[in-house]
Amino acid sequence: MSKTNKTSETNMTSETNETDTWEPKIIAFLCTWCSYAGADLAGVSRFQYPPNIRIVKVPCSGRVSENMILSALKSGADGILVSGCHPGDCHFISGNMFARRRSPLLGNLLEFVGIEPGRVSFSWVSASEGEQFAEIVKTVTERVKALGPATRLIKKIDQAA
Amino acid sequence: MPTINEKLTEEIRTQAKALLADGTVAAVIGYSRGSLPMTVKPTVVRASEDCGKLVWNSFCVLNLANYLPEVLKSVEPPRGPRDPKPEGPLAKVAVLATGCWSRNIVVQTQEHQVDRDRVVVLGVASRGMVSRRKVEEQFAGREILAVEEFDHDLVIKGADFEEKINRWSVVRDNCQTCTRPDPVLVDVRIGEPASERKNPNPFQQVDKIEEKSSDERWAWFTSEFSTCIRCYACRNACPLCYCPTCFVDDAKPQWVGKSLDAVDTGLFHLLRAYHCAGRCTDCGACESVCPMGINMRMLTKKLNKDVLNLYGMEAGMQPASPLPLTTYATDDPQKFIVTEAKAVKEGE
Repeated sequence: MSKTNKTSETNMTSETNETDTWEPKIIAFLCTWCSYAGADLAGVSRFQYPPNIRIVKVPCSGRVSENMILSALKSGADGILVSGCHPGDCHFISGNMFARRRSPLLGNLLEFVGIEPGRVSFSWVSASEGEQFAEIVKTVTERVKALGPATRLIKKIDQAA
Repeated sequence: MPTINEKLTEEIRTQAKALLADGTVAAVIGYSRGSLPMTVKPTVVRASEDCGKLVWNSFCVLNLANYLPEVLKSVEPPRGPRDPKPEGPLAKVAVLATGCWSRNIVVQTQEHQVDRDRVVVLGVASRGMVSRRKVEEQFAGREILAVEEFDHDLVIKGADFEEKINRWSVVRDNCQTCTRPDPVLVDVRIGEPASERKNPNPFQQVDKIEEKSSDERWAWFTSEFSTCIRCYACRNACPLCYCPTCFVDDAKPQWVGKSLDAVDTGLFHLLRAYHCAGRCTDCGACESVCPMGINMRMLTKKLNKDVLNLYGMEAGMQPASPLPLTTYATDDPQKFIVTEAKAVKEGE
């Protein structure tokens, strides 16, 4: 997890300078049972989707804590996507339901402190929904592209010194 | 004629003395006089002859529920981490509690930090606690040497001045918007019960920030928390923060940097507030202890508002039901969920 963030951070700083060719970096936390398998299916079925997402495989969407989401933002991610099984389909019975409970609280809190709405998204994708996964990634990428590069809550090491 | 607080102090001393003398409790958590004007010290009294040092006034801003788990442990016979629980009933602890503190005790009970049977709640209706900072702001540049308290006024005394100010005008923001001054748990009643206060919108302070634009809110957030020195007083004063290892002390992975970098302080406050979601009773201890005068309570208040609006729950008000984030409903709101139906529609 920290490795992914570090790479995205170094790449980010070099890329933000070239605004014309800017492509957002989106960290996608996918649950291993549904959404990750859905992404796999999208790949196997050759559905095209934007290559902007960096996938982090997690055991369950309920495993994704606010620490991880904020840590990804801090490291320079332009967008976050958390995706799990559809309600009722969770491998652990209710992990995604707890994730759904938490999602509006974190989303609203981030909006409250001035993070643009649309940076953090959540979704449900089952293992058989390859096409839907591609659609969701397209929507999320377009949304983040419209917002532009993230500038808030990013820790810039060179400036901190 | 004695003031309300003098009467309450007397009653607290008598009740504490009685509880300690007949062995009902092994310790009483209360307040004693502080060394500076407008301060009090949280105190644990373990002998009935020491009860005379207990006081009650408008400056009791710290939340006594914070000390409860530790004091409960201190009255147990010493044992190692793997030793079995001693047989027979364990010693009890009495604690003073106003509305918000008693709700924190409910939350601690729900989270199995406190055994309700071992706690004797001395319930006091809060009249709103005074913010020392607000008083000092009114007397900027002048040293306050003593403060005398009357029922509705405070008399502020310095070397060359003596002024009377209205008590309510310097009461803390969270107390001014509070609707439940009366404790929800009472084993021993101190003073008269208070009725519920009417407040059409307790979240007015939050609404004011919500009305701003995204950029303005970001500007507010960065300026409000820019002075933070990361002393963690807000965390230490909070009765909800009892994790053996706090996320700020985690080194691998390090969620929040330990520097004074604006992003690190911002993330610390966001995460601290988020960890209190659905558990915070807006007691205002965090804000009262902050040496820099940061209004970090706005973040927890915002979460309180969302938890109430989305899940209809208020911390400490539903002792029988689980905490809002430890449960779920099948029809929970999906505001941030991108569904494929929406995705297809937007893609077209």
